[in-house]
Amino acid sequence: MKILVCISSVPDTTSKINFTADKTAFDKNGIQWVINPLDEFALTKAVKLQESQGAVVTVLNVGEALTEPVIRKALAIGANEGIRINADPKDSFSVAKEIANVAQTGGYDLILCGKESIDYNGGAVPGMVAQLLNQPFVNACVGLEVNGGEVTAVREIDGGKETISVKLPAVIAGQKGMVDEKDLIIPNMRGIMSARTKPLHIQEATGSEVKVHGVSYDSVPARAAVKMVTPDNLDELVRLLHEEAKVF
Amino acid sequence: MAVFVYAENINGVYKKAAFEAVSYAKAVAEKTGETVTAISVNPTDSSDLLYKYGAEKVINIKDEGLKNFSAKAYAQAVSEVADGNVLVFPHTTDASSVAPMLAIMKNYSLITNVLEAPESISPFQVKRRAFSGKGFMHAKADTQGVIVTVSQNAFGVKENTVSGTEEVKNLTVTNEDTKVLSHEQSSGKLDLKEAEIVVSAGRGMKGPENWGMIEELANVLGAATACSKPVSDIGWRPHSEHVGQTGKAIAPNLYIAVGISGAIQHLAGVNSSKTIVVINSDAEAPFYKSADYGVVGDAFQIIPELTAKIKALKG
Ligand SMILES: Cc1cc2nc3c(=O)[nH]c(=O)nc-3n(C[C@H](O)[C@H](O)[C@H](O)COP(=O)(O)OP(=O)(O)OC[C@H]3O[C@@H](n4cnc5c(N)ncnc54)[C@H](O)[C@@H]3O)c2cc1C
Repeated sequence: MKILVCISSVPDTTSKINFTADKTAFDKNGIQWVINPLDEFALTKAVKLQESQGAVVTVLNVGEALTEPVIRKALAIGANEGIRINADPKDSFSVAKEIANVAQTGGYDLILCGKESIDYNGGAVPGMVAQLLNQPFVNACVGLEVNGGEVTAVREIDGGKETISVKLPAVIAGQKGMVDEKDLIIPNMRGIMSARTKPLHIQEATGSEVKVHGVSYDSVPARAAVKMVTPDNLDELVRLLHEEAKVF
Repeated sequence: MAVFVYAENINGVYKKAAFEAVSYAKAVAEKTGETVTAISVNPTDSSDLLYKYGAEKVINIKDEGLKNFSAKAYAQAVSEVADGNVLVFPHTTDASSVAPMLAIMKNYSLITNVLEAPESISPFQVKRRAFSGKGFMHAKADTQGVIVTVSQNAFGVKENTVSGTEEVKNLTVTNEDTKVLSHEQSSGKLDLKEAEIVVSAGRGMKGPENWGMIEELANVLGAATACSKPVSDIGWRPHSEHVGQTGKAIAPNLYIAVGISGAIQHLAGVNSSKTIVVINSDAEAPFYKSADYGVVGDAFQIIPELTAKIKALKG
C-alpha cells in the first residue's frame, strides 16, 4: 500500500502575524515554521499504517527550499521518503494541481491531507485534489481504518459524526481525532539521524495557473479596554451584557 | 442570470447557515442586478423559508442516490443545475467539502471563509478570514466564475422577503464510492458553529464532574458549550467542542470563557466573537487583554450565582 501525505509548512502556532509595510504580503521575518498541526494527525496515521500494514509513506510539500526542515521533520517522524515541488505556493488551486500531478504518476492508494492549513485557512486543497484525480473525498476525518481495498472513515458532521466505507483510491482530509493527541510522534534521535539519509526528491513545478490572489492583508483591530466587574457585583455584569452589549 | 446559493439542510431541515448564505447571495445579487436561485438537495422544509431571505427561485433536487451525503455526488448534482457566475455556499463542514470539488468541475475560482459582501464584483474581490483569525486577506478571483463559502455567523441572517417559485428537479446521481455505515446526529443540542451564545470552559474547571454548572449556564442562555484544547485532550469533553486554532473557529455574539487562560492558539478560534466575557481566578490571565468584560474570581462561586441572576432577569 502506498500512502501520500500532503503537508504544508506554516508559522508556528505561537507566531504573531505581521504583514509587510505596504500590507500586500505576509511578513515571513522571524517566523518559525512547523508542519501544519492538522497535517500532523494525518502523518501520524500514515506512520501507524506503515507499522501495522507495511505501507510505504511519501510526504509531499509544494514549497520553496525554506520548507525542507519541515519535510525532514516529517521524515524523522517516520515517512519513508519526501518530495518537494519547487514553487512558491500562491493559491489552493495551483497547489492542488501540483499535488495531483505527483499523485497521478505515483499510483498511491491513499492520499492523506490536513483539513485546513492554519495560515491561509483555505480548506480547499484536499477536495480539489480529489476532484482532479476523480477520486472520492472524505473531509474532517476523525477516525480511519484500512481494510483491503476499502477504508472505514469516521467523519465529523455539524452536530455529530458519521461512519462511512470508501473505496480506494481516495483522498482523506484529517484533523484532531484521526489519531489521539497523545499518539502524535515526537521525533527521537534515531528518527532525526535516519531522516538525514532518507531520500528527499526535488521536482520542478509545472507552473499551474493561479486563480485567487491575495491583494492585501489587514491585522485584527484591537478591542476596547476590558471592563472589569468585581465578583460581588455580578448584577452589574448582567446589566452590562443586557443593556450595553445587548447580547441577551 | 442569477446568483446561485447552496441552501444546506440536515435531514431535510434548513440550517441557519443556509439562511445566512441566501442573505449573502441576495447582497451579491443586489450589486449585480440579478436574482437569487437557491439549490437544495432533498429538503422537507418549505421553500417559503428561503423566499424570506431573498431567494426568488428554489430548485429542489430530488434524488434517492443523494439520501446520504457524499462530497463528490453532491458537487456533481449542484454542478448540473448551477450556471451563474457567482455561487454561494455556507462554510459548514459538508458545504465546504462540496465547494472545492465543484470549483474544479466548473473551472471557477474558490474563495473560502468570506466575512463580508464583496468589495467588487468584476473582478470579484472580498475580505476573508486568514491566519486562523489573526489577520484578514482581501482575495481577488481571476476567473469570471467564482464560488465563495461564507464563514458562519459573520455576515448574518438578513430578512428580505420576496415572492418566489419552486422547481423540482429529478436527478439520478451515482454514488458508488462511499457507503454510510452509521450516522449519529445529536438531536436537541445546539450546533456550536451556529450558536449565538457559547459558554466555554478550560482546565480551570479542574475536572469533568464540574461541567454541570457550565451546562446549566448554557441552558439558561440557550447557548452551546465549548472547551479549550487541553480539556478535550485529557478527555473531559469531546473533541467536537474544542475551539481554537486546531479546533473549531466560531463567531458567536457572546463568548463566555471560564477558567481559560487565553493562549494565542485558543484566541485564534474565538476572537471573532462579538462580545467576550472572561471569568478567571488569575488576574494576570492573558485572556483579559482580548475581552470586553472580565471578572477575577473563583468560577465555582461565580458561575452558579451568574446563572441564577440571568435566570431571574429572563423570568
Ligand atoms: C500546536 C498547538 C495548537 C494549539 N491549538 C489550540 C486550540 O486550537 N485551542 C486551544 O484552546 N488551545 C490550543 N493550544 C493550547 C494553548 O496553547 C493553551 O495551552 C490552552 O488554550 C490552555 O487551555 P486552558 O486555558 O484551559 O488551560 P490552562 O492554561 O491550564 O489555564 C487554566 C486557567 O484557568 C484558571 N483557573 C484555575 N482555577 C480556576 C477557578 N477555580 N476559577 C476560575 N479560573 C481558574 C487559571 O488561572 C488558568 O488561567 C494549542 C497548542 C499548540 C502547541
